Amino acid sequence: MATSTQPRTPNRWQVGRLVERRVETPTAQTLVLEVPDWPGHLAGQHVDLRLTAPDGYQAARSYSIAGPAVDGPGGPRVEVTVQRVHDGEVSPYLIDVFGAGDPVEIRGPLGGWFIWRSEETAPVQLVAGGSGIVPLMAMIRARRAAANKAPFRLIYSVRTPGDVIYADELRRRVRDDFGLDVAYVYTREAPEGWRGEPHRIGLADVNTHGWPPDLQPLTYVCGPTAFVETVADLLVGLGHPSRRVKTERFGPTG
Amino acid sequence: MGIVSPGFQGRPRTQEPALPPGQYLTEDFPVLSAGPTPRVSLDTWEFVISAENGSEHRWSWQELMALPQETPTVDIHCVTRWSKLGTSWQGVSLDTLLAEVDTGAHFALAHSYGGYTTNLPLDDLRGGQAWVVHTFDGAPLPAEHGGPARLLVPHLYFWKSAKWVRGLRLKTMDEPGFWETAGYHDYGDPWREQRYQGD
Repeated sequence: MATSTQPRTPNRWQVGRLVERRVETPTAQTLVLEVPDWPGHLAGQHVDLRLTAPDGYQAARSYSIAGPAVDGPGGPRVEVTVQRVHDGEVSPYLIDVFGAGDPVEIRGPLGGWFIWRSEETAPVQLVAGGSGIVPLMAMIRARRAAANKAPFRLIYSVRTPGDVIYADELRRRVRDDFGLDVAYVYTREAPEGWRGEPHRIGLADVNTHGWPPDLQPLTYVCGPTAFVETVADLLVGLGHPSRRVKTERFGPTG
Repeated sequence: MGIVSPGFQGRPRTQEPALPPGQYLTEDFPVLSAGPTPRVSLDTWEFVISAENGSEHRWSWQELMALPQETPTVDIHCVTRWSKLGTSWQGVSLDTLLAEVDTGAHFALAHSYGGYTTNLPLDDLRGGQAWVVHTFDGAPLPAEHGGPARLLVPHLYFWKSAKWVRGLRLKTMDEPGFWETAGYHDYGDPWREQRYQGD
C-alpha cells in the first residue's frame, strides 16, 4: 500500500470566526470560517473544531473541508459543511447557535491519506453516501480551481432529492466543468420523471457510472460505514486494486 | 482552557465515566479504515513474527487456536473521538507468542492483510497489554472489524490495534506505519491525547 509524504501535520489550535453561513439542505449547512494563519490544505483533508463551555468543558469533532481556501479581507477562509447529528453535541450548536462573528477553535489541516492532489492526471471516480459528499466536493472544486483536466465521475447516493448537498452547484458544474459527470442514486424517493425505482447502490450503478478498472482510476469512497463497505467490495469485485480505492467512513461524530 | 464558545453548554457532565480527554462514549462499534476490507481465508491465514536477525516464527490458524486463550474485557479509544467501554474479546496474548522469539528489538511494525502497517514499542506488546484476538462479544470477529484476527492494544488509540493482522516485524529502529506517516502520532496514548504528530 502506498504511503503519502505529507509534511508534519499542523496541530496548533487557532481561532477562526464565522463569516458566512449557507443552508445546503434542511439538515446540512456550510460554515465559512475566517482563519488568519491558515497554512493551506489538500482536497480531502479535515479539521478539528473545538467548543468550550463557560466552565471549561470542551468538545471537539472532525469535519471535512469542503473546498479550497479563498482569500478574504481578514485572511484565508476555510469552509466546512456540517450535517446535523440527531442528539449530537457539537453539530446542533454549529447549526443553531453559532453566530456570525463568533469564535471557534480550529486546527488542521489533518489527514494525509484521503487526499487528491491537483497534479494528478489519472481518471477519478468519487462515490458519496449522504454527507460523505463533502470531501469529494472539495476534490471537484480543487480540480476546477487548478484547471486540472483529469476526467471525474461522481456517483452520489442520497435518500431523496431534497437531501442533495450542493445541488445547484453540481448542476452548474456538470454543465461548465468539462470532463465532470454526476450520477445520482436515490434510496427512498426519486425525483419525478426518474427512470427506475429507489434502491440502495449496487453493482449496476458502480459499473455503469464509474470507470472501468482498465483506465486505472483513483477511487475515493466516503459515507456511512455500511455504504462504504458495500461500495468498496463492489469495486474490488469489479477488478479495481485495493490500493487504488481510498475510503473514509463516517461514524457517529455528534 | 480555550476561548469560550458563546452559548455552548455541552452535554451534562455528571454521568460520564472517566474517559481520556476529548473522547465521548458510544454504544456502537464504528469502523475506521483506509480502503476496502480484505477477505482472508482461514486455510491460508498465518501470523508471522520476524525478528531483527531475520528469523521467522509462524503460526497457522489451527496453531493459534491451540495456544492458551485469554478473554480480555477492555475499554477502547479511537482517535476519531469515540470510546467504547467494557468490550469483550478472545485471543492469544502477545506474551505467549513473543515467548518463542529471541529478540533484542525495541520496536515492532505490525503489518496486515491489505497492506496496513502500524508501529509500536515492543514493550507495549508485552506484560499482558496486547493480544491477537479472533472473537468479539462471543462471536467470530467480523471482517469489517478486522477478522479473522486483529491486534488488540487497548491502552493506545485503536488504530494501533491493526485489523487483519498478519504479523510483526521486530526492529531496532522505530519505523512509522500507515497513519503515522500520514500525520498521526507515533505512540498514540489516549490519556495524553497524542492524536497527531507534535501532540
